[in-house]
This record gives sequence, structure tokens and C-alpha cells, in this order.
Amino acid sequence: MYREQIIKKFNPTLDNILYILHDLQDNNPEHYLAKQDIRICADYLKVPYSYVQSVASFYTMFSLKPRGRNIIRLCDSPPCHLMGSQSLLDYLKKALKVNVGGTTEDKAFTLELTSCLGACGVAPVMMINEEMFGNLTPAAVDAILDKRRKEL
Amino acid sequence: MTKAKINNVDVEVPEGTSILWAARKANFTIPTLCNHPDLVPGGQCGVCVVEIEGIPGLKRACMTPLGEGWKVHTHTARLMAIRRQLVDLILSNHDTDCLTCMKNNNCELQTLAATLGIDTIEWHKSENKLPIDRSSVAIVRDPNKCILCGRCTQVCSSIQTVNALAVNHRGYDTVITAAFDEGLGNSVCINCGQCVVHCPVGALYENSHTEEVWQAIHDPDKFVVVQEAPAVRVMLGEEFGMKPGTLVTGKMYAALRRLGFDAVLDTNFSADLTIIEEGTELVSRLKTGKRLPLITSCSPGWIKFMETFFHDMIPHMSTAKSPQQMFGALAKTYFAEQRGIAPDKIVSVSIMPCTAKKFECQRPEMNASGFQDVDFVLTTREIGRMLRAAGIDLNEMPDESADSLLGEYTGAATIFGATGGVMEAALRSAYFLVTGRELEAIDITPVRGLKGIKEAEIDIDGLKIKVAVAHSGGQARRLIEKVQDQLKNEGKSEYHFIEVMACPGGCVGGGGQSWGSNMAKRARRGESLYAEDRSLPYRRSHENPSIKAVYEKFLGKPNSERSHKLLHTHYYKRSAVDGKIITEK
Repeated sequence: MYREQIIKKFNPTLDNILYILHDLQDNNPEHYLAKQDIRICADYLKVPYSYVQSVASFYTMFSLKPRGRNIIRLCDSPPCHLMGSQSLLDYLKKALKVNVGGTTEDKAFTLELTSCLGACGVAPVMMINEEMFGNLTPAAVDAILDKRRKEL
Repeated sequence: MTKAKINNVDVEVPEGTSILWAARKANFTIPTLCNHPDLVPGGQCGVCVVEIEGIPGLKRACMTPLGEGWKVHTHTARLMAIRRQLVDLILSNHDTDCLTCMKNNNCELQTLAATLGIDTIEWHKSENKLPIDRSSVAIVRDPNKCILCGRCTQVCSSIQTVNALAVNHRGYDTVITAAFDEGLGNSVCINCGQCVVHCPVGALYENSHTEEVWQAIHDPDKFVVVQEAPAVRVMLGEEFGMKPGTLVTGKMYAALRRLGFDAVLDTNFSADLTIIEEGTELVSRLKTGKRLPLITSCSPGWIKFMETFFHDMIPHMSTAKSPQQMFGALAKTYFAEQRGIAPDKIVSVSIMPCTAKKFECQRPEMNASGFQDVDFVLTTREIGRMLRAAGIDLNEMPDESADSLLGEYTGAATIFGATGGVMEAALRSAYFLVTGRELEAIDITPVRGLKGIKEAEIDIDGLKIKVAVAHSGGQARRLIEKVQDQLKNEGKSEYHFIEVMACPGGCVGGGGQSWGSNMAKRARRGESLYAEDRSLPYRRSHENPSIKAVYEKFLGKPNSERSHKLLHTHYYKRSAVDGKIITEK
């Protein structure tokens, strides 16, 4: 039912497709675009189901599989690389026991990569949901993950 | 007109002509891969790049209109090197198991690699193999062969408006799949196979049943009957190097008999039967004025299209089965009875220009005889392969006749293979059924040909019947949407009778036709069918002596109880997400 309330906020024109998909994803309890999300968007905009799915699969900000409560996006651009993001990635993989794109068993974290977040001055950086973290070290990452776990 | 020089040769072409076509006029064939004469060029592959003096960079010949006074070069050293590298890159990401590929000897990439003289693949070869999609009963998709040219998605979305296939993900991860990668069998795919006939490589092909048919032929306990669709007789010759549209009816019968089929019959017989059943249905609906327009039901691609996208048209559909399924139901009942063969010993094989027929024969309701009415459907390509494997050359065959009972046919049946044919055949008989007289102007030319939606008006003793013909999913969608509007706003449609075929050109353009096809070839095949129609002694379905016999001996009257049990069917509502039947609570 909540999905109908979301789509009604938008005019049923194709230029709204990304806004609708973002809103549907943000409100999905598993933080992804489920088949029902794709379906309701296709029906509302009167475009083929496969088309909406194709659009959703193109953009990395959309996920087509369920994700955790905290979505970690570690910057993968050259400045962060130079400042050690690769070893941080290895550290995160080990700490969370997941690969890139994976979600922890307790559904607390999903590990993703992102291109430049525009905060190269404090590289290496990552985002968790809407929040940005800079000057990262393994110890700093540990503290952030602990805090996030406690907030669950 | 535009004047220019291509490799120093003067050319003059109409304004807007692409460099690709202009070059052909100057007798230079620029290599291409993704370009197809029936589709809009998308410039995906880049193989057709050319250099133009005074214009920096390279231009893709397929999508660049020739400019006035241009000096174009098509095979400079730079272009040759770039083309080789492009093809090399494509091959590095292509499963090159050519010897065992369905497209071996018919692959456009294989031909291009040979044309460009590619002798080594210099780039690292990708080892990642993706799973092959075998979820559909009609069509197999092998993503490892796909070169992402986009022909299949263009034909599926723009021409057929089915949108089963779409481009997913991006960059190196790009794949063409059904939605959520759940397989064509779990999508809205109507099995029309237009993606298959447009694919330049072996990424899309029919779900082949040649092995099963060989087993049946080699099994002495089985009685294998074969039927061939109208369009196959103008298509099969191409499998043996004949000109497109060569009529090979007699040679086809001879070849099939030599292959080992126990009875060589003809779908054209049941096409005549379809006309009698559907014509009777038309006349009764014209009398009551209810559930008009009547819409034809011969095309299994169209049936699934309608079931998926136009649920409200179900009452308008003719309940008559397609000729293939009528034949199937009679082969294991009437034919078995008359010839004294146990129906469970009969293996019923059909040869179709179609991939959707493979889906149709496996529909659970298609078992009126008590068995699956048609056991195996082979495309024209598959029977071509079987004949070649058996060392039978169609060119060398004598002209033979079909076997009796389900083999005789009229000109009205043979034109089923071309768009507008079912309409024309039905009108020839409907006129007789209403007036008791024969239609004198037997050639109903406005419904023939490959132009878009065709319309005609026929006067049956003062009763004006307006008909329309659509061929391709896109045209069907436009026409049916118009009918929906008329029914909603005016309470009735201007049309009384509508023919829809799912494939452009009708069955002669089906998904089971020979590789390397285009609209020009489809047109020639259609013309051949009309020529055969003119040459036959009987040109109206109700004149067929074997049809009269089947009603006398077995069915009783058209639309009788027995006809309804064996020759008529019903339809389902399907989901526009996964194409599955919607069960109503």
C-alpha cells in the first residue's frame, strides 16, 4: 500500500522514473528495488516492465537485491587509492566477512564501492547511508562499525 | 540528389542515403556487423567506420548520410587496422566454439572475421562463462555468444512491442536478458523468434527437437506423420541454395518421404479446415452482431501476445485452433481410425516457419485426441539440417504428392503463409456460406502485400464487411488499441473481421525461417504463395474434396459438437510481468 502513496506524489511521466525509483528504494525496508517496486513503476508510467528493470540495473545507486541497514560506500577513485583505500577495502571485507556487493548475515551492513565523493582532501573516505567519514584508518573504521552496530 | 566521391569513384544518391548504401552503389561493400537492412542503424559495432577528407575523426558509414562533395575513403591502412582491432576485441569476449555452434557456417561474425583475415586473437580471451537460458520451450539464449549489437532488443521492442529482452547493467557487465534475468520462459516473450532471425551470431536459436524426431523415425514401432506449414514450401529451397521464394511443394514431399516419415501429409489441408470452422464462426457472429470484430487465431505468437496484453479481446478471438493443432487433433483420431493405426503409436511432427508453434504444441489444453496432439515442431532450419545430415539434396528430388486423407489442399490454404492470406481465404468461403454463390472476384488484392495495416471492404449481398489485417506485434497493438477505443466510445468497432499475424510479412517472415533473411526475401516468398494459389484447381476451401470427406465421415457439420471438441480451443489471461497464466479466484 505504501508504494501507491509514493508513486502518487509524482506525475506519471517518464522524466520522473529515477525520482520514483529512488523514493521506492528509500522506503523499501530492505533498501533495494524489489520486483513489486519495478512493477508498480512500470504500470504507473505505462512502460514495459523490462524497461524499468533495465534502467534500474544501469545505475549503481539502485540495488536489485536486498541490502543491510547500513550501506557502506567506500571511495574507489585514484586519490583515495593513493591514500590506502585498497587496504581499507581488504580490512572491511575481513571485518564484515563479505565481498563487494555483499550483505552481512545479520543484515547490518552492505559493502559497496563508489566513485569520487568530492572529499579528496580527507582521503580515504567512505559514506554510510547519508553520512561521510574521512581520514580513515582501520582503527577509525572499527570504531565507526562498532557505533553503528550499537545503534541497530 | 547528393554527389560525392567514394574511393575516388563518383556516386550520386538521393539525399539522406547513408555512406554504407552509397558505397554499395559504387561497388564497395563496407564490412558491417550490427547493421541489418530491416532495422534502424544503431552504430553499436563500429566496424563500418570510414574516413572523410576534411572531417576530423572517423564516421560510422551505417548512420552517416553522405554529404555533398564529400571524398570518402573506406579501406585506408588506418581503417583496416581499426576494423581488425574491433573484431579482435569482439572475439576476445565471444565464445568461439564455432564447430559446435548452431550458427556454424551461417554466422555473420564468422564471415566478418574471415573477410577481414583475422588469424589470431591477440587480446586475452575471457574465461567467464554465463549460464545458457533454456527456460523457454521455443528459444534458447546463449549470452556467451552475444555481441551486444542490439538487433534483438530493437526488433523485440520497436517492431514487436513485446519488450521481453532488454539491455541490463552496463560497461563490461552489460548483458541482454529477460527482466531480472529470469529467462525467456518466465517473461512476456511471445516466442515469435524475430530476435532469433535477426541475431547475427549464435546467441539466439530455436530449442531444437531434431534428436527426438530422429529417434521416432528410427523406432520401428512408431508411425511418424509429418505436416508442413504453407510457408515452408516457399522457404525450404533456401536451405539448399535455391532462390528465395522458390516453390518446392513436390520436392519437399519426396524429401520427407525419403527421410523416413511414414505418412507425408500437409498442414494446408487443415488450413482449409480452419477456414470452414472460422468462416462458419464469422457468419454466425455477423448474423447475431455479437462479439465483433472476429479476430483470427492462427498465429501462436499473436495468441500469447493477446493473452498477455489484451485480456479484453479474448471474447473476440476465433475459438478455432490453428491449422497445426487441428491437424494434430485429426491425425490421432480421424487419420488413425481410417488407416487402422493405434493413436498411441503415432508420433505427430510438424514443420513450421515458426518458433512459437513449439510453445503452442506444448500448451496443456492441446490434447483433444487424448494425447499431445502434435508431438514435435521443427523449424524450416531444423528440417534443412536433418535432410542434409541424411544426404538428401532437395534440388535432386522428383515432384511427389502428399498422402491421402490429410494431404489435399486448395489455393485458399496455401496463401495462409502470407500476411492477409487467412483473411482472403476466409472471405472466399464466407461469401459462399452467406449467399450460396461463389465469389467471382476471387483475388482480394487490398489485403495482400507488406505495407502496414491493410483494410478492405467486401460487399456480401448488400452486407458490407470491413476487414483489417495486421502483421507484427507493433501493428497488432496499434490496430487492437484502435478497436478498443471504438468499442469503448461507440459501443462497436468499424471492423467485422481482423487478421493478425505476429511476424512481419506473416508466416513467410516467421522465426523459423532460414538464416540471413530480410523483408525483400519475405516478399518474394509471399508472391510465390499467391502464384501457387493461381495454379491450383481448387481455390476455395469449401471446394476441397478431402474437407468434404472429413465432415461426411467424421466431423458431421462445421462447428458441430465433435468439431468443437477437436478443433476449437480457449484462451487464458496472462501476466504482463512473467507471461504466466493468471488463475482467478
